[in-house]
Amino acid sequence: MSLSAKQKATVKDFFGKMSTRSDDIGAEALSRLVAVYPQTKSYFAHWKSASPGSAPVRKHGITIMGGVYDAVGKIDDLKAGLLSLSELHAFMLRVDPVNFKLLAHCMLVCMSMVFPEEFTPQVHVAVDKFLAQLALALCEKYR
Amino acid sequence: MVEWTDSERAIITSIFSNLDYEEIGRKSLCRCLIVYPWTQRYFGGFGNLYNAETILCNPLIAAHGTKILHGLDRALKNMDNIKNTYAELSLLHSDKLHVDPDNFRLLADCLTVVIAAKMGSAFTVETQVAWQKFLSVVVSALGRQYH
Repeated sequence: MSLSAKQKATVKDFFGKMSTRSDDIGAEALSRLVAVYPQTKSYFAHWKSASPGSAPVRKHGITIMGGVYDAVGKIDDLKAGLLSLSELHAFMLRVDPVNFKLLAHCMLVCMSMVFPEEFTPQVHVAVDKFLAQLALALCEKYR
Repeated sequence: MVEWTDSERAIITSIFSNLDYEEIGRKSLCRCLIVYPWTQRYFGGFGNLYNAETILCNPLIAAHGTKILHGLDRALKNMDNIKNTYAELSLLHSDKLHVDPDNFRLLADCLTVVIAAKMGSAFTVETQVAWQKFLSVVVSALGRQYH
């Protein structure tokens, strides 16, 4: 399910529009992940607080969204572009890949809330595919 | 049995009382068919599904979206007994319609995205938690009778 040229353009366009709100969306998305799927808090046991809306969660959500934006810039070769991030996730973080889907869903919900008009079904499918490709690239070094 | 707090009941009831079944039903089903095109396999008799534009204009799809959403009413009215409320519907989807139960989850996700767009900032974290809990119970009940 690789991205067509048109879908890559759609992704770049939408993320461009989103850029002024990307920190908010990233912070919200991670907050919602730990709220809606409490099992994901297991990865943040070392934090002071992993509750939705807490400072570490918001901060980390912003970090993750920064990584997603970086990946947009590498959309033509995600595997190569995300190699070191993949090694980090494979050997250090070891996040079960199912969680990438859960976070992607929360990101889509936040995008839809903040940009109800722009987040059309066509934009939705392009962004969903992109996030799935991103997750695949992050899993590249897992085994 | 699923336990619901008063807050969760209030949130779910509130969402449904403000719901435009036609608008949200149509948008959710269309979005599902566009974002997850393999779901179109169940809609062979529904006319033109050639691309996103034709799907969005398709009156049969719109009507079916409304029907699906009204089907959720039953869960709302029987929140303490969703599993049994949907036993017959589950068998229907399994034995007559032959729908892969994973599709219920896909549609539920699209419904969540559409409702989030409609409610904007009112779709708080607490609201999303309650809403997705409700949908996951519905999805589970619909898949329960598959054999």
